[in-house]
Amino acid sequence: MVENDRWGMLLSHLVLILGVGLVVFPVYVAVIASTHPPGTFVRGVMPLLPGPNALENYRTAIFDGRSVAGTPPIGGMLWNSFVMAMAITIGKLSISILSAFAIVYFRFPFRIFFFWVIFLTLMLPVEVRIVPTFEVVANLGMLNSFAGLSIPLIASATATFLFRQFFMTVPEELMEAARVDGAGPMKFFRDILLPLSITNIAALFVIMFIYGWNQYLWPLLITTDPEFYTIVMGIQRMVTGGDSEPLWHLVMATVVLAALPPVLVILFMQRLFVKGLTETEK
Amino acid sequence: MASIHMDDLHKVYGGGVKAVTGVSLDIADGEMIVLVGPSGCGKSTLLRMVAGLETISRGTLKIGDRVVNTLEPAERDIAMVFQNYALYPHMTVFNNLAYGLKNRKVPKDQIGRRVREAAKMLEIEEYLDRKPRNLSGGQRQRVAMGRALVREPEAFLFDEPLSNLDAKLRVQMRVEIRQLQKRLGTTSLYVTHDQLEALTMADRLVVLNAGQVEQVGTPMEVFEKPASVFVAGFIGSPAMNMLDVDYLRETGAGDALHGFPPGTDLIGVRPDDLSMTAPEGPHLRLSGQVALLEPAGAESHIYVTLGGSAQPITVRVQGLPTVAEGADLNLFAPLPVLHPFNRASGLRVA
Repeated sequence: MVENDRWGMLLSHLVLILGVGLVVFPVYVAVIASTHPPGTFVRGVMPLLPGPNALENYRTAIFDGRSVAGTPPIGGMLWNSFVMAMAITIGKLSISILSAFAIVYFRFPFRIFFFWVIFLTLMLPVEVRIVPTFEVVANLGMLNSFAGLSIPLIASATATFLFRQFFMTVPEELMEAARVDGAGPMKFFRDILLPLSITNIAALFVIMFIYGWNQYLWPLLITTDPEFYTIVMGIQRMVTGGDSEPLWHLVMATVVLAALPPVLVILFMQRLFVKGLTETEK
Repeated sequence: MASIHMDDLHKVYGGGVKAVTGVSLDIADGEMIVLVGPSGCGKSTLLRMVAGLETISRGTLKIGDRVVNTLEPAERDIAMVFQNYALYPHMTVFNNLAYGLKNRKVPKDQIGRRVREAAKMLEIEEYLDRKPRNLSGGQRQRVAMGRALVREPEAFLFDEPLSNLDAKLRVQMRVEIRQLQKRLGTTSLYVTHDQLEALTMADRLVVLNAGQVEQVGTPMEVFEKPASVFVAGFIGSPAMNMLDVDYLRETGAGDALHGFPPGTDLIGVRPDDLSMTAPEGPHLRLSGQVALLEPAGAESHIYVTLGGSAQPITVRVQGLPTVAEGADLNLFAPLPVLHPFNRASGLRVA
């Protein structure tokens, strides 16, 4: 490494600071904007210092929502988002870990074929299959429901693939030792494989939660009842929904609130998350 | 504890690869049998067939009086020690030992007692609360042993359990395993490719080659009377020298071989049995040139190129050799220690 190179260090810091600034600035603007009174935006000049209306704006966004901005109160939308994200995350994790378990540890006909079929779906993101998926969900009567919001997004090739890769690094003798010790397949899964996968599960939990939380197009399509609006699509409704000029100060307050849960998830699971991505305990 | 009977066991893999072809073996109750052979000879496969980790393609396997061909490993009441130990990394040593007992629904107080007993026997009591990753190789090896011990099974199966240890620890564990096995009197099947382990640990030795049994016998029987050229070359270090009878006849040394049975066309002689002074009684005389000296502590190996032959032979002498590289050398071997073989069949003649 170039530890003693002053200019090198200066340069690398400069690049890093520039990068951080680039990423952080819009967030900063959003936070600042959420603290100003309604009129500030319409004037077209963006203040860079906090305004006086922080408390008031957040209170209005959280409690009044509908009457002022054309959406339900944020609390409900946050809850909807949370339920959807959790359902997607837990669903994805449980299904993918089980399918990876099946693919790695059982010998059944067309095993490899099924694996590649699952793998192929990686190439079909939600947006590509959105019309047929909508058709199916509509026919099943799942529009405007949590089931409709989450189930179509649960299948996960990524997580299946990652679990498969992890399971393949677990020495086969461990499974054989468990068999000699009298553990059947599910017992082996529960007692040995699951505890070993815990860091991987944590890492995937974070990734999947954020994926679920950030879903925009799908909830926008299948929810017409404000009862089921999620926060991310709610923001869009706020901007386009009202008859008047969008209430930017409230929109920004909502944006900040919407960004909080993923940040919290990362903060709380950071240690496990990093561990899961970097080390495998064998 | 139980005897193990193998009757014409075969293992054919999906692609038609034959790993084990027709192994029959009777292991007495309490006996320590060592399966030895080069890599790929089918010894591990055979062990795994006994364990129930590989299916048996053909033949009958009995543990005690039960035919266990299709039973799950757990139902065979055997315990296995794996080469890489296969300890459960997320469990403490205590739980590693207790896991098999828990699965068998052994009462809790009994589990505690048996684990502690096994731990005491193996001197790993102080590590019971540790995780395997905080243990040294030797300690892990002991835990793996303990996991087998605590189950009090009908038989122990060892799959090259010492090959991941350093040389010093290997010798120590070898002795301990053997002592323990004798004390408990548990029938054991031990797989290794290390002939020293095989010779020192076995009640009886089974030499495997290409999926077949080459020879079964006590270590001394196998060493003193190898049944085939393969066994002769595999057991004993440095390996036995093989001399072509035609070559011996050409050089005139063959006259001594009149008394050997017909069909003998290959003569084996151990490096220890060659000496530089003529013994009393009938003997074989060879002459050649010293190609290389190899001092190895208490003993030395002399590589000799025989006159009129490109094939080097090895001589083992005590201490430092008294000859120099490049010197001419006469070697003698008494006739009774020679091993007559037939080249075509690969078997010992008489």
